[in-house]
Amino acid sequence: MNPASTAPAPAISVRGLSKRFGQTEVLHGIDLDIEAGRVTCLIGPSGSGKSTFLRCMAFLEEATTGTILVNGEPLGFAQDESGQRVRLSPQRIREVRSQVGMCFQQFNLWPHMTALGNVSEALKTVRKLSRAEAEERAMAQLKKVGLEARADFYPSQLSGGQQQRVAIARALALEPKIMLFDEPTSSLDPELTGEVLNVMRSLAADGMTMVVVSHEIGFAASVANRIAFLDHGRLLLNGTPEDVFGKPRHARLDQFLDTYLDRGAAMLV
Amino acid sequence: MTFDINLIYSLGPTLLRATGVTLMVWLGATLVAIVLGFFVAFGRRYGPRALDAALRVYVEVIRGTPFLIQLFLLYYGGPFIGLVLDPVPAGLIGLAIYGGAYFSEIFRAGFESVPTGHIEAGVCLGLDQGQIVRRILIPEMTTLVMPPIVNMMIVLLKETAVLSVVTVPELTFQISAIGSEKYAFVEAMFLLACFYWGLVELCGTLGRAAEARFSRLRLTR
Repeated sequence: MNPASTAPAPAISVRGLSKRFGQTEVLHGIDLDIEAGRVTCLIGPSGSGKSTFLRCMAFLEEATTGTILVNGEPLGFAQDESGQRVRLSPQRIREVRSQVGMCFQQFNLWPHMTALGNVSEALKTVRKLSRAEAEERAMAQLKKVGLEARADFYPSQLSGGQQQRVAIARALALEPKIMLFDEPTSSLDPELTGEVLNVMRSLAADGMTMVVVSHEIGFAASVANRIAFLDHGRLLLNGTPEDVFGKPRHARLDQFLDTYLDRGAAMLV
Repeated sequence: MTFDINLIYSLGPTLLRATGVTLMVWLGATLVAIVLGFFVAFGRRYGPRALDAALRVYVEVIRGTPFLIQLFLLYYGGPFIGLVLDPVPAGLIGLAIYGGAYFSEIFRAGFESVPTGHIEAGVCLGLDQGQIVRRILIPEMTTLVMPPIVNMMIVLLKETAVLSVVTVPELTFQISAIGSEKYAFVEAMFLLACFYWGLVELCGTLGRAAEARFSRLRLTR
């Protein structure tokens, strides 16, 4: 896949990751390096395990086996001297996870707080900044996503696209090194996806390390530096968009893309 | 026997005191019950499995038996295990234990009404469990739990009548005593009904005001 000699240290390094829900194994031994400063898109059919994989990288799901290193530090579990897998302390988990920001399909803004309140909350409670300082920083983030005029609006008063931009600002406020996006535009009207994708494009241009689970094949092809294609819980393909989408194409991917012809993937055919 | 309205006027001071006792026991027990109910729901959600099981037994037993019998056992049965209580404390504690079980179910539903994603967002941003409960769960569920809380408060207000069986000098006890003394049961019960209805209306009005306030808080600054 990528030769170790030329690649910089990966931002996230996943080895042998498996995840089982009861009897069902949804991820089978995944190995993947997320390169720093690049955009990696995880694509694949529904039920392929891509969202679960992403949630493992945010430690919202605990992998059944395998390790995840975030900038070299173990996330959630580590090996002790005897090679046993041990769970790290909640404090340690929070520290490592703080390098990772997450955006959800359903935005998950807190409905009882304004946009500004949502973005400044963790700055106040987690970073212990004063209210004034937290709100100043939150305002700067809202400005970045073009929503400083909506700072005093509650989520219910914002469009879906605006809510997702506030959610992105909320994650960025803590200055994560890596941003994870779980289908960030899947619950948006087509005309609202553009504004969210534009924010993500400018984030990518600023050099943010991003992992994006998306059905936006067009976005994946045009913005991503790496494409990882999952199918039935296995990493089937991993490479540059040219390698993955170019012809000759993997038969399973071809079949998958066929279902996307009218969703922005026509340009690839 | 005739319906004698004058009886009501002559008993003013006694009735006023009895109303005071009813309100005091009700408010005191409600407050304790809400706090108890919250911690029971909290313990069941976040505590170890054994605690959840134990608290579940509490909720099931209290909800599954009549308050009259619970109170009777507490007051008259307590001394067998060395628990001797005066009528008012017994009534207050009994009512609080009874209400706590119901309030815990209200809070449990409240906790469950908050979408998992809202909690996950907090987890990802590094909030700890206490901060998530204080800053996200409690404020988000407030609007939802207000109506059932007010409803349960009204139920508890009327349940204070049961305290008369352990001689708490509240409205039912006093008015029934007067009824027996004067041999005027119908007047006494009519009066009693009016008192409770008046108090419940008052409670309902305050409750609606609180609900309106909390739901407004959600949408404006």
